[in-house]
Amino acid sequence: MLSILLKRFFGAIPTLFVIITLTFLMMRLTPGGPFDTGRVVSPEVQANLMRAYHLDEPLFSQYLRYLGDLARGDFGPSFTSKDFSVTQLIRQGFPVSLQLGLSAMAMALVVGLGLGTFGALHRNRPSDHAVIVFAMVGIIVPSFVMAPILTLVFGVTLHWLPAGGWGDGHQLSYKILPVVALALPRISSIARLSRSSMIEALEQPFIRTAYAKGLPRRLVLFRHAMRAAILPVVSYLGPATAGIITGSIVVEQVFSIPGIGRYFVDAALNRDYTLVAGVVVFYGCIIVLFNLIVDILYGVLDPRVSRR
Amino acid sequence: MPMKRAVLAMGVILAFLSVGSSSYAGGEVVLRRGNAAEPESLDPARSDTVNAGRIQDDLFEGLVVLDPEDRPLPGAAESWTVSADGLTYSFTLRAGLSWSDGSPLTAEDFVYSFRRVVDPATASSYAYIFFAFQNAEEIVQGKIKDPSRLGVEAVDPRTLRIHLKRPTPYLLAELAHAKFMPVKKANVEKFGAAFTQPGNLVSNGAFILEEWTPQARVVLAKNPKYWDAANVHIDKVIFYPITSPNEELNRYRAGELDITYAVPNAQAESLRKTAGEEFRSNVQFESSYLGFNLTKPPFAGNPKLRQALSMTIDREMLAEKLLKVGSIPAYGIVPPVGDPAYKAQRVSWASLSQAERVAKAKILYAEAGYGPDHPLSVELRLTTSEDARKVAIAIASMWQTALGVKTSLVTEEFKMLVAHRHEKQVTQVFADAWVGDYPDATTFLDLFTTGSGENDPGYANPKFDALIAEAGKTLDTARRAELLQQAETLLLEDAAIAPTFNHVELFLAKPYVKNYRPNPCGYTYSKAVTILPH
Repeated sequence: MLSILLKRFFGAIPTLFVIITLTFLMMRLTPGGPFDTGRVVSPEVQANLMRAYHLDEPLFSQYLRYLGDLARGDFGPSFTSKDFSVTQLIRQGFPVSLQLGLSAMAMALVVGLGLGTFGALHRNRPSDHAVIVFAMVGIIVPSFVMAPILTLVFGVTLHWLPAGGWGDGHQLSYKILPVVALALPRISSIARLSRSSMIEALEQPFIRTAYAKGLPRRLVLFRHAMRAAILPVVSYLGPATAGIITGSIVVEQVFSIPGIGRYFVDAALNRDYTLVAGVVVFYGCIIVLFNLIVDILYGVLDPRVSRR
Repeated sequence: MPMKRAVLAMGVILAFLSVGSSSYAGGEVVLRRGNAAEPESLDPARSDTVNAGRIQDDLFEGLVVLDPEDRPLPGAAESWTVSADGLTYSFTLRAGLSWSDGSPLTAEDFVYSFRRVVDPATASSYAYIFFAFQNAEEIVQGKIKDPSRLGVEAVDPRTLRIHLKRPTPYLLAELAHAKFMPVKKANVEKFGAAFTQPGNLVSNGAFILEEWTPQARVVLAKNPKYWDAANVHIDKVIFYPITSPNEELNRYRAGELDITYAVPNAQAESLRKTAGEEFRSNVQFESSYLGFNLTKPPFAGNPKLRQALSMTIDREMLAEKLLKVGSIPAYGIVPPVGDPAYKAQRVSWASLSQAERVAKAKILYAEAGYGPDHPLSVELRLTTSEDARKVAIAIASMWQTALGVKTSLVTEEFKMLVAHRHEKQVTQVFADAWVGDYPDATTFLDLFTTGSGENDPGYANPKFDALIAEAGKTLDTARRAELLQQAETLLLEDAAIAPTFNHVELFLAKPYVKNYRPNPCGYTYSKAVTILPH
């Protein structure tokens, strides 16, 4: 197990290196630079700006400089948030995205598994169909439609919850709508996955054996069937969690949440080279990390994996 | 039964969580403002957007401030005198000025701050705004290494003297710009780029920085050390960076904002009818236009073709029937508001009806060598915005109908368009706009001098340059305005550009918000605002 993990860990380094290089090159090759605001009047001023950010140096030495800074854990200064470093921005934004993402994932897991199991047990009955319809709707209606609807209903019309914003960061009321908006599509995916795998698990011979041994239904379901049924959900969880905690661009935008999801788009549009590279590298690390965690979980949950 | 209990519990929780906050929450008077985008910096030397400027207008105070009509009023300076040759300005600071940390604010602080902006090490993108000062240009260019040779000196703690290399009649209004706001030397030196972060920032305006959470909010609190603190009636100002006007409108309707930054364009017309006194507008010192690339065919050396295209654009139709966001049809480059001394010029054919213009345009188009057998094919470059696209499609169809011109629309992401406009290699006709930096016609006309960095059409007319230069040396206000007006007329008759609109800022403000009056240059001061109990 340990050797597999170490192999995976070191295998990730070239991947990250390629990500860094590609991001660096693609950003520089895009026309327009961080200081093309349509307002920089004098060429001398432009030259001073380029010099201050080392953009006047040859591309290769900029690249080496960037790699050197990165090795020391320094993502460089942000071009668009000039008063903060990229490291500072990620450090401020990530806890917000993390909190939001983990809450949404927990909600999705509990509700999704519950619905999926419920559907599997009431297979082909009206209540099962209701679960399937709910899951389809959740997957079909995109966040950029769902989030504004939630805002309009609960914020603007009913005045129950804030229509957006993050308050001082400690008020629960600001977090409910974004968490729900973020969780909904995941609830649907998990419900569908767990419903079908639960149906499959219930037909396995070991379930029949368990019943034959006279175990009560609840025990059979939760100790034996659930363990098998949850495997596809676990492999879905890895990338989904990584995606959700590095911030949802749409949900963060609609609710004006200070997470790091928005930086992906904003930074690229503003040619904020360092911020784009920073969030991409950070995102890459998180993905690699979560795939590792999923591998470990798989080994724990499914004896067949670790034996292989 | 358990179901009912769950519903009840849910209701209690929701009631508990309900927002309930208002501008009078907790006995404090709070002004909550939508502010479009995250400010790129709160350092007056290093910011360049309007939304950063709005926060700075509250945090810092320069020598002068602008009134709602763009006229300069005393700010940190209580009075000033100008020498007969217009080259030396002496300012007397108010007695007993202090920073928010209680330390005295002196003329030396202004000297330090001014030198800092032109110092190449600061890399201020707006350093050119100092170019009328003695030695400013040379310092920015690196020809003079010592920023202390900038034309500004502290005669004594309360007297600041500015030395110009050329008369600058608009200097006073220009001094209200953020680039001329003072920053505290000790803090800049101690914290570097982080000197503007909460806890580090010391300022001299009506408010001080209390909290700054990037992408969430900037919270300012009343500055008790401000010279006019007795007349500041607000305890807190909160700026929210909300990029989408639709989200902003939702939060305004939910009662979470008192003033919006904008209104969604698609809803401007219905809000104008339904929002009553909450719907407010402010004509801006801004011009939108189509630029022609004068350095390449088909527009190089072909003024008749350019004029024909300009004349066939039905601006009234675009403004009133298509856009419906209050834009004013434009026939010149200098907007009709903003510079009180200047009479905005219009193209000579502005008095014709649209039908007459089209008839004249057809003749010009033929004289330029085009016709049904040999139609003009042209690329029109624009940004990705919905409105830009609507306008471009309409203009293309006006050209097609009136002249038979075949237009292909090239949509480009903003930065890409800016880069292409500057390079003048691939552009033919392009959408462009300019917002005045200071209330003077030259903020628009200077763009079109030969070789200016923002001269996107590549206009080069020695007569135009000579008129601008002559005006630069003229002290007499009326004579100077006349020279500039002649220059604008020349630019318009050469049809280097096709003016389209002057933008009108539309926003919503709750009825209990009083005295909030942005001026054409876009400066707003929360200090003047009062909030009625509600």
